[in-house]
Amino acid sequence: MSTQEAVIKVEGLTVQYGDNIVLDNVSFEVYRGEIFVIAGGSGCGKSTLLKHIIGLDIPKAGNIFINGINTTNIDDDEMAKLRRGIGMLFQGSALFGSMTIGENVSLPLTEFTELTREAMQLIVKMKLGMVELSGYENHFPSELSGGMKKRAGIARAMVMEPAMLFLDEPSAGLDPITSAEMDILIKKINSGIGTTMVIVTHELETIFNVSNRIIMLDKDTKGIIAEGDPRALKEHSRDPKIRNFFNRQPDRKKN
Amino acid sequence: MPENNRVFSIKGQKQGDITLFLFGRIGLENFDALLREIQGFFSEYNPSHLTVDLEKVDYLDSTGALFLVRLEDEAKTRSVPFTIANVSDEGKQIMSLIDRRALTAPSLAAKERALNLLEQLGNETINVLKDIYEVILFGGEILYEIAFSIRHPRKIRWNDVISYMKKVGVDGLPIVALISFLLGLIMAFMSALQLKQFGANIYVASLVAVAMVRELGPIITAIIVAGRSGSAFAAEIGTMRVNEEVDALITMGFNPTRFLTIPKLLAAMFVVPILTGFSSFFAILGGMVVGVLGLSLTIFTYVQQTMNAIEMFDVVSGLIKSVVFAAFIAAIGCQRGFKVRGGAEAVGNATTSAVVSAIFLIVVIDSTFAIILHYIE
Ligand SMILES: Nc1ncnc2c1ncn2[C@@H]1O[C@H](COP(=O)(O)OP(=O)(O)O)[C@@H](O)[C@H]1O
Ligand SMILES: [Mg+2]
Repeated sequence: MSTQEAVIKVEGLTVQYGDNIVLDNVSFEVYRGEIFVIAGGSGCGKSTLLKHIIGLDIPKAGNIFINGINTTNIDDDEMAKLRRGIGMLFQGSALFGSMTIGENVSLPLTEFTELTREAMQLIVKMKLGMVELSGYENHFPSELSGGMKKRAGIARAMVMEPAMLFLDEPSAGLDPITSAEMDILIKKINSGIGTTMVIVTHELETIFNVSNRIIMLDKDTKGIIAEGDPRALKEHSRDPKIRNFFNRQPDRKKN
Repeated sequence: MPENNRVFSIKGQKQGDITLFLFGRIGLENFDALLREIQGFFSEYNPSHLTVDLEKVDYLDSTGALFLVRLEDEAKTRSVPFTIANVSDEGKQIMSLIDRRALTAPSLAAKERALNLLEQLGNETINVLKDIYEVILFGGEILYEIAFSIRHPRKIRWNDVISYMKKVGVDGLPIVALISFLLGLIMAFMSALQLKQFGANIYVASLVAVAMVRELGPIITAIIVAGRSGSAFAAEIGTMRVNEEVDALITMGFNPTRFLTIPKLLAAMFVVPILTGFSSFFAILGGMVVGVLGLSLTIFTYVQQTMNAIEMFDVVSGLIKSVVFAAFIAAIGCQRGFKVRGGAEAVGNATTSAVVSAIFLIVVIDSTFAIILHYIE
């Protein structure tokens, strides 16, 4: 990342539901091709932040730029075009219950490409193989475990080869081994294709293994309390909240 | 963006050592074109060795990598030795993501086979019988829980009962009133057209009153309650099933039937008779509008004629009937909810089924009542 080009730019974002201010004047940038982690305690507004970035919710105040386009005041057609370059894994996976896993993954292909049925099936098999779900194309979401749904959701988010991938807690509900495999997958996609990744996660393993930069949100200040390289934050931060967060990791040398 | 039709250039003899130079973007956007080109290539050329050169490729995504894997497979099936040249580090990473076994792995679950007509008929019959069995079983359970609740009235969740009484009764009143009023209006108007010919205008009042109090009041109310509340009960419990909330209740030691069904059942049984009363009242009001405005009856004569026509027996039997309707609507709604397995779609099916089954039961119960009342009278 020699030239740091901001593909996502959040400026003074304020989110409020009723009287409840969730995010207050949050600003940050995500650079092209980096893996950017959003961390923070549960309920501090991480999912809310993602939803605002992809324009599912209109913020109370502030601007959000994607590829330089201000998404807070563009029309639906333009936004739809912009979203075509974005893949999103929702916290609850958001698989369509009435469709099989294979149909879920191939849905964007049927809508936005002219591929033949065979080509689509091939792509679906490839993507399911990537997320270690090969063979599950005819299962329905209700027949999968939570972690498997997450992975199917990742496969669906990736199927259009988006330039930006948003993952809301991708390793929640995964066993450590599969979780590590997801980390490798994320890293390979990022370095191989150059996909920009914005990941919400609490997993220290994931944070240290894959991320270039991290921001930490906090429920009390309703904003960012730390930003930067996670290793540096762990080493040098004086803030007890940040220290607590990173020190959840058991010290292996002592054990 | 497969604007130019060539995505690779070919160097070499038709039969000999051939190098394919891929260039530009190799990915999802031209996956189709690439696959077709490759078919064309192999039908035209018969290489002794195939090299794919990626030097000029400036974008390769996982679908592009999938194409390269397919290309290699195609070469292999024709026993052509295959090498890839000038792969960037990035390219290697993406290629390592492709799991070859996954591409040919059989599906773990068969796609549902379409059944033939006879199989469908058999299946449906079994389902209906099973359904009847389950409903009867659930009915027994409810009877047991009612008996339990009567002996332990403190264990009933009265707060829930009140809240459901509001949802079923108060919130349902406007639509019941409106439909009943219209029904009374229409009934009076249609019958007036006939009765006028005999100068029997006054009997419009009797007709509306008797029809509503005996039959139509309970039925129309029951159908509206089935549509509004029976479906809501099914959706509520069905959603709880999908979210494992019912399992959570069981795990915490609750009896889900008692916890979820009894309050709804009691609430419905309390308020549906009241709604039925309102239904008859508003229908009579509707009839009166026609009588006063269209048939030049006075309000007083209309009311008097109505009072004369209605017998206590009709009122009581109508109310009892509506209590029974209410019990069955609530019970079938809850049963459909408990039956939900799977995802959100199953909840939708459950609400539909709750309404359809409730209306079916209403008709059956009403006919039963008609026979019983005929002998009592
Ligand atoms: N649609 C909504 N209406 C009202 N409050 C909401 C809504 N969505 C989220 N919130 C509130 O915003 C806060 C942050 O939620 P969320 O972004 O889901 O947290 P998390 O960081 O765990 O993903 C919570 O306090 C939640 O109650
Ligand atoms: Mg969240």
